[in-house]
Amino acid sequence: MIAWLTQHRVALVSAFRRLAAMPLNTLLSLLVIGIALTVPGAAYVLLDNLRDLGRNASGVQQISLFMQIDAGKKEVAEIENRLRGLAGSQWRFVARDDALKRLQASEGLADIVASLPRNPLPDAFVVEPSDAGPEALEMLRKEIAGWPKVAHVQLDSAWVKRFDAFLRLGKLVMWLLAGIFGGGLVAVTFNTIRLQVLAQAAEIEVARMIGATDAFIRRPFYYFGALQGALGGLLAAGLVAGALRLLAAPVDELAGLYGGSFALAGPGPLDAAVLAAGGGLLGWLGAQLSVSLSLRKFD
Amino acid sequence: MIVASHLSQRYPGGYEAIKDVSFEITAGQMVFLTGHSGAGKTTLVKLIASIERPTGGSLVVNGQNLSALRRSALPYVRRHLGMVFQDRKLLFDRSALDNVMFPLHIAGMPRRDALRRAQAALDKVGLLAREKAMPITLSGGEQQRLAIARAVVNRPTVLLADEPTGNLDPESAAAVFELFADFNRVGVTVVVATHDQDWIARSRPRVLRLDHGRLL
Repeated sequence: MIAWLTQHRVALVSAFRRLAAMPLNTLLSLLVIGIALTVPGAAYVLLDNLRDLGRNASGVQQISLFMQIDAGKKEVAEIENRLRGLAGSQWRFVARDDALKRLQASEGLADIVASLPRNPLPDAFVVEPSDAGPEALEMLRKEIAGWPKVAHVQLDSAWVKRFDAFLRLGKLVMWLLAGIFGGGLVAVTFNTIRLQVLAQAAEIEVARMIGATDAFIRRPFYYFGALQGALGGLLAAGLVAGALRLLAAPVDELAGLYGGSFALAGPGPLDAAVLAAGGGLLGWLGAQLSVSLSLRKFD
Repeated sequence: MIVASHLSQRYPGGYEAIKDVSFEITAGQMVFLTGHSGAGKTTLVKLIASIERPTGGSLVVNGQNLSALRRSALPYVRRHLGMVFQDRKLLFDRSALDNVMFPLHIAGMPRRDALRRAQAALDKVGLLAREKAMPITLSGGEQQRLAIARAVVNRPTVLLADEPTGNLDPESAAAVFELFADFNRVGVTVVVATHDQDWIARSRPRVLRLDHGRLL
């Protein structure tokens, strides 16, 4: 156990030493990896912000429930009961008289309303469901439509669906980008490790002959690849955060022109950790491939 | 300790470096392998060191049949053998001390213990004062003694050397042979491939003479 720990410590220290031994090479590799990870990282943060924007846009997740015109207090109470049964959902009741008063208050409509022989508006509910996914909304709409004395249930689902499809497309593009640039990261690591194996040929040969296991020889390269990838990931998180900071003021201005307030959310510690872990994993993969191929000639 | 029976080694292309060789070396013996260039000395040393695997016959070292061992078991066999190469195979990117500590790192020994052991080994070969020196600054004889320190730092039961005195002046060569004799006196089995006839004439060790891959 102690021997095992010692060997891992030795491997990690030697990986750090190799990174520090060639600062220019290290810097260039980190830049390449960092920029490669910045693209999917930025796409992810952008999509995240768009999703928040969609979630905050008012009216998107509302269902309007219109009672039949002849529905009485009893039926309204029944619907209220059933709405209470929907866990987590919020709703409010719009009585037909209130709706008419609001209509009367509207500019230019007062005369028309006054000329009506009776109130044509039904009682209504506005429901904000807890689960705002398009499928869940659609299911809820169907359920509510089947309740007694419900005339019509309206869901502005087209917009939600379109937005959702757009987000899904964006997500797919992000994964494609992540795949392409992840492949690039693996290739960069592959090459750095190959050069390292060549540079360490003497040490590897001696180590083999005096009793080093394959694992002992490979380990420092794995650590090196993973370390380089993880540092590149952190660099990418930094680059995305920097870019967002530059964009923050113009976005604020734009949001102000639309009468809203919206602030871009940057990559949090969790996003940075995910980028670092992803970079580390891909770097490890590149090292694994490279070492397996490069060490063959030592057999 | 080392038992070879009908050992042979054929390289790709058909060249047979070792042909049907049988011998036994008991624990604590000091044996010299001699013969002309190309007689198979280096091949036999590499076989005993488990750096190469025999293509025929069997070779048992430290009670383990090397031809039957899995490839993954070989590193652990090698750790019980000390190996001195003709070209020394020192690592020139680190100090003398770090060169000697390398086998202990490989074996996973904690740094502090490794340091003590390595210094003791350097002391044994008379290089403790130069522990911080880079190998390139050492003379040929010193480099070979450094290589011996690295070979014995693991306290091997068998010490193998392939032409350890090639390119050394007689004085340095004598110092190297004296070291081998010292290790042999404390019980280490020593196998040296050499054609240094002076030393053989002087110390009269057991000699295995190879000729075109066969034992005479």
